[in-house]
Amino acid sequence: MTKWRKPDEVPFLRLEGVVKRFGDFAAVDGVSLDIYRKELFCLLGGSGCGKTTLLRMLAGFEQPTAGRIYLDGADITEAPPYERPINMMFQSYALFPHMSVESNVAFGLKQDGVARVEIRRRVAEALELVQLGPLAKRRPHQLSGGQRQRVALARCLVKRPKLLLLDEPLAALDKKLREHTQFELMNIQEEVGITFIVVTHDQEEAMSLSTRIAVMDRGQIAQVGTPTEIYEYPKSRFTANFIGSINFFDGKVARSEEGELTVTVPDLGRDLHVRSTRQLAIGSDVSVAVRPEKIVISRDPLDLPNSVRGKVRDLGYLGSVSVYRVELENGALIKVSAANTRHSAEREVDWDDEVYLGWRATSAVVLTE
Amino acid sequence: MSGAASEEPSGSGRRRAFWLSGRGLVSSIPYLWLLLFFLLPFAIVLKISLAEPIIAQPPFTPLFGPDGSLQATIDNFLFLLEDSLYIVAYLNSLKIAGISTLLCLLIGYPMAYGIARSPRAIRNILLLLVILPFWTSFLLRVYAWMGILRNNGLINNLLMWLGVIDQPIQMMNSDFAIYIGITYSYLPFMILPLYAALERLSPDLVEAAEDLGCRPWKAFLTITLPLSVPGIIAGSLLVFIPAVGEFVIPSLLGGPDSLMIGRVLWDEFFGNRDWPVASAVAIALLLVLVIPIMLFQRMNLRREGA
Repeated sequence: MTKWRKPDEVPFLRLEGVVKRFGDFAAVDGVSLDIYRKELFCLLGGSGCGKTTLLRMLAGFEQPTAGRIYLDGADITEAPPYERPINMMFQSYALFPHMSVESNVAFGLKQDGVARVEIRRRVAEALELVQLGPLAKRRPHQLSGGQRQRVALARCLVKRPKLLLLDEPLAALDKKLREHTQFELMNIQEEVGITFIVVTHDQEEAMSLSTRIAVMDRGQIAQVGTPTEIYEYPKSRFTANFIGSINFFDGKVARSEEGELTVTVPDLGRDLHVRSTRQLAIGSDVSVAVRPEKIVISRDPLDLPNSVRGKVRDLGYLGSVSVYRVELENGALIKVSAANTRHSAEREVDWDDEVYLGWRATSAVVLTE
Repeated sequence: MSGAASEEPSGSGRRRAFWLSGRGLVSSIPYLWLLLFFLLPFAIVLKISLAEPIIAQPPFTPLFGPDGSLQATIDNFLFLLEDSLYIVAYLNSLKIAGISTLLCLLIGYPMAYGIARSPRAIRNILLLLVILPFWTSFLLRVYAWMGILRNNGLINNLLMWLGVIDQPIQMMNSDFAIYIGITYSYLPFMILPLYAALERLSPDLVEAAEDLGCRPWKAFLTITLPLSVPGIIAGSLLVFIPAVGEFVIPSLLGGPDSLMIGRVLWDEFFGNRDWPVASAVAIALLLVLVIPIMLFQRMNLRREGA
């Protein structure tokens, strides 16, 4: 699952027990994290989870209350922003309104005292990379949102930083442009080979962009992993809920044998079977979590290890998929989504239909937190 | 820019509709006010400046003679150029106003910056403190400065009591006292527009500059300062223009040799009762102030258009 990383690779950026307090409130509460060279790493979380504070500490705008930050072997915890080989792309883009696109991009190189000829060459190169060459003489207010975003990116990239921080890079763009820019960002990252850290609240964005994701909750890291790991093997109800949607069944472990758990769910009046390598004591409290798209919905009985009956209460037609809310006999609502493989005129399941829901033992995960 | 222009209402029809609408009526009140209390008096003063002084009531010749002929003269303006007193007074006024404006800027900029960067909760209190002096009479405040700067005033008494000096320092009736008076009185007019400009400036921009390699001082010079230029200009004009024509502060705090144009104007009107020359002095003062501002505006427009 970690094709992009050699097993013995040394972390490029290392955070050790980083804490940031504002008065009594701990915005970041003991974050330790290893990020590797050329990663596109996402900090994902809701508002107020501490992701932006963490990013600002990496940029040098905030000083950690405790903990150390190492970049490429050097301790940068106390270095001021202007001495770090790190650049940040602001959510507002923070383009200098009194300078042309060209001057904005050249700004960082000028501060470093790069020779004028060299500046001109590298600025042209950076503008080429983001396809803004013809707009070099424009002012920021004469550009569209997408163009401004690209200027901000070029302004950072032209300095060839060791680490690029992006604060909600796509939040200000509309949906169509966002999708396009997302791929563009990934291509550029691959082309320049700089390590990116992206802060976002948008789980879809995090899933499609990143090599790895750190899900944050109340100043702490809830889980770190590749998008697949986070989605398929969430460690807690928080992560499971935050990424995508999921159904929970609370119960107790009844049996554990050969990598398969049997969980008694009193609400359901029946046992559920989950494939899991975890060793759990008989009788311990667990939740069985199943993603909506892993559940099969049918009007006929299903030949699957887990099967329940219910009635369709809600049906959302989203074009490529339909989302069903099925009420079980005990009153619980289960979310199911199914690809619309047939034309809607020959739809199989409709409102108020009595249906069977089923899923494989490998389709669910067991959560203890 | 052509896109923006095409969206604006064009044609006299729409313009007429604007002036007749409720919004138009409301915004026409200040225009009416300016017409009545600025443009009309200005026309009267201009008329007087073209007349000749006579001993009569009023003390100047009418614009049209008894036979209906126009009797206008520019002698009064030529007279201003002949007598070096007027030119010296103009230059002295410009110098005093200029230095006072600079002092206001040097003191006001850090204050405005501090207020704009202070926590939101106390920002309004700080602004209120800036305009608090307006709650007492301007005249009283200038008199208070007389009490502070006098030979046996607050500063001299304190320094003598401390033993720093044994002779009082002459501060009253000097240019120094005028600078203090003008800077003190006009400081709020500098701070408020500067505050407005600095408050609008996103802190992201300064952080971005530091992120790109600027030390804080350099970030101030390359980002904050250029972006607050509109505030600097507005504040400087608000201080400079009234300071040039200032009459009360030089009269009360200034010495006999600190001649400012406001004083000359007063002397011509009430001492010499030469209304036409006094009017010419006033008109010339206005031209001295308005022409540079208009040139500046045109330059600005051209720069923005480019």
